[in-house]
Amino acid sequence: MNPTATATRRTLSTPPAPESSFPYNRGSLLSVLDLSIEGVSRVLRRATELEFMNPIRRNTILAKRRLALLFYESSTRTRTSFELAAKALGADTTLVSSLSSSIEKGESLKDTGLTLRALGAEGIILRHNSSGAAWLLEASTRLPVVNAGDGMHEHPTQALLDLRTILAHFDPETRTCQPERINRPAERVSRPMGPATTVGSDTLAGVTICIVGDILHSRVARSNMLLLPRLGARVLLCGPKELLPEQAAHSDPGIEIERDFDAALRQSQAVIMLRIQAERLAGLQLDLDEYKARYQLTGQRLAVHAPSALVMHPGPIIRGMEITAGVADGPQSAILEQVTNGVAIRMAVIERALTAGG
Amino acid sequence: MKVTAIAIRGGHLIDPAAGVDALKDILLKDGRVAEIAGPGKLKHAEGPHTEIESLDATGLVIAPGLIDIHVHLREPGQGYKETIATGTAAAAAGGFTAVAAMPNTIPVNDSPEITRWMQEAERGAAIRVFPIAAATRGSKGEAINDYSALKAAGAIAVTDDGHPILKDNIMRETLTGAARAGLSVIQHAEDTRLTQGASMNLGRVSFRLGLRGMPPEAESSLVERDIGLVAELREAHPHLHVAHTSTAAAVAAVRQARRNGLRVTCEVAPHHFLLTEEHVGLYNTHAKMNPPLRSAADRDAMIEAILDGVIDAIATDHAPHAQHEKEVEFEHAPNGITGLETALGLALKWLHGEWKMPLGRVLSLMSAQPAALLGLKGRGTLTVGSYADVVVFDPKAEWTYRATESKSKAKNTPFDGWTMQGRVQWTISEGHIAYANSEKGIAVAGSEGRAEQANHA
Ligand SMILES: [Zn+2]
Repeated sequence: MNPTATATRRTLSTPPAPESSFPYNRGSLLSVLDLSIEGVSRVLRRATELEFMNPIRRNTILAKRRLALLFYESSTRTRTSFELAAKALGADTTLVSSLSSSIEKGESLKDTGLTLRALGAEGIILRHNSSGAAWLLEASTRLPVVNAGDGMHEHPTQALLDLRTILAHFDPETRTCQPERINRPAERVSRPMGPATTVGSDTLAGVTICIVGDILHSRVARSNMLLLPRLGARVLLCGPKELLPEQAAHSDPGIEIERDFDAALRQSQAVIMLRIQAERLAGLQLDLDEYKARYQLTGQRLAVHAPSALVMHPGPIIRGMEITAGVADGPQSAILEQVTNGVAIRMAVIERALTAGG
Repeated sequence: MKVTAIAIRGGHLIDPAAGVDALKDILLKDGRVAEIAGPGKLKHAEGPHTEIESLDATGLVIAPGLIDIHVHLREPGQGYKETIATGTAAAAAGGFTAVAAMPNTIPVNDSPEITRWMQEAERGAAIRVFPIAAATRGSKGEAINDYSALKAAGAIAVTDDGHPILKDNIMRETLTGAARAGLSVIQHAEDTRLTQGASMNLGRVSFRLGLRGMPPEAESSLVERDIGLVAELREAHPHLHVAHTSTAAAVAAVRQARRNGLRVTCEVAPHHFLLTEEHVGLYNTHAKMNPPLRSAADRDAMIEAILDGVIDAIATDHAPHAQHEKEVEFEHAPNGITGLETALGLALKWLHGEWKMPLGRVLSLMSAQPAALLGLKGRGTLTVGSYADVVVFDPKAEWTYRATESKSKAKNTPFDGWTMQGRVQWTISEGHIAYANSEKGIAVAGSEGRAEQANHA
């Protein structure tokens, strides 16, 4: 049309990206971004209060309130954690799993949500294999929805319990985590978290937390990447290109990629190991021996490069794959403590869900 | 009153193909343009034997009816999404007088029978429908169809839209066979081997949302492959038209092919020159289509390519879906958005209003150029003797698009609530009024007087 068109780049105004109207319900926790830093503090504080509260009194907080656990993926760990948390507060829970007949028959998530609401559910805990499912459910039902893991996207309560675990070992003087303070798994966590129950934008300044492995398919990684930098932490991502694309580092200036595991370990005060999600690899071929050689957390590697770092893992652990049994059970491991922290965090999140909206 | 002629008076005629940009009155008779004259100078608009309807176009633009060469009308087979009647009603409301209908119907339009069926009067089309037939049997990419038979039945091009032809030898056969039959080949350029399980553009947003992404190379590599084949088959003079280009690399390949003298054209959809992957927001399925919304750099490249003249046509890729189909998990939602009622309003607001593209060039991209591209003779221009396909619109009127008021069966649009510029007053298809705006009082500065007159329509 116009052969003389200019070759210079024009600066043009373009339509702005839309603003989010989520969450629709103030009680929802779809993403860790639904919590302000003050909101994170409230959850941490309340988790500790609830954990140490008289169980009989605690049992009256949500007495007879109705909570649905809608699980499209089997997950013993997360489901049990939410269930125990809800019951500890006195709530009635009902479990709807992907094996239930209506879902098997192809009922849509929206219709299932509306049915649960009509049955009297006041809130829904959703675990789903599709990214974004919690947003769809919340928009459809307007109920408080707690995202218990959506596809490869987010797992906000896991990030909160990871934070609680890190803070339980954090020494603000030295800016380090101190694994030796770990209570043995069999014991109760006896030390109420002190100074760190109130967090701010510099609480974790100077602290480096390394997330290792299958970042691409991990909702745990994404939620931690959205939470930890807001508290001042530096997040190092470590893994092979196939499981850790360059785009991962573009989400926040506090996030960097270090593909050399040993180098990453040397800089880190805490390390979160992830399993390879075989079910999401979708045809991707990985040389597992090479993977283990480069990214397995072994006792030797830990002793040489990060002898005082806290070792974490959201589970399930594949012993001998991403982590050796010795490290998983070793003195630097906080893995079972994470599980314990999960119940406390989920009590706080469930209470918030059913009482925040009013 | 049986109207056999329409006189449109007082308007500003913009006919880019004829180089007209002036106040003109126009007389339409027997489905054709009968006369064009200066204001008040129509000679043949009086007479005892003709009932003439007179339209007052004072303050309005008269232009060749818009032509959309990429729509999905869903018939046969998926009338719950859209029918030829509802889709063309929406098209008429958007100022279109002709649309080219993609063959991904159920069954696939790979036969002269379906091609003819789509054009039958019983379908109730408000405007002209030109079927585009499947390039291969069942759009499976294995065996090519009988192109001359399809052409004889009314097909104006061939494509396997949505199912790109990946095999080199089949694409070769398609290009040569279509060239022999005098048809264009339209390719939905996507190397589907690179897009398995993907539901949006590959990039930082797909990573953040935990969605599998389609790399831009999935589009550009197939465009480059196809251009290579067109070059190889140069002797046969094939015409390759790249559907809905969305990446800078694909447009660059088209630009280069044309420099090399190859007959390669391309279109771009309004959503690809306006929106980016950020508009997916939090899993808005009304921002899910294929090709997906791309990065800001790619979107900017689409704008540049339109302004620089590399793009040959604006086409909507109107892809209606039922509400319940889109109210599902993002990765399970079907691809596509509606576009017929918003294309002109968006093009005028952004291309013309914001980015200062001359009105005539915008209109050319939506009428003269697509008509030329697919060889639609007598359309895309308003010279005496051409089809009486006309759109009359108020170029200054701003209005808000409401999906609930759409004439399409489907409401799956990311542009609900958006401000549009340029209100269609009448759409006339082959001499018949296919759409008349009955809305009262489009109260916008500078067009108050006009809005009142419009109410007489
Ligand atoms: Zn297509």
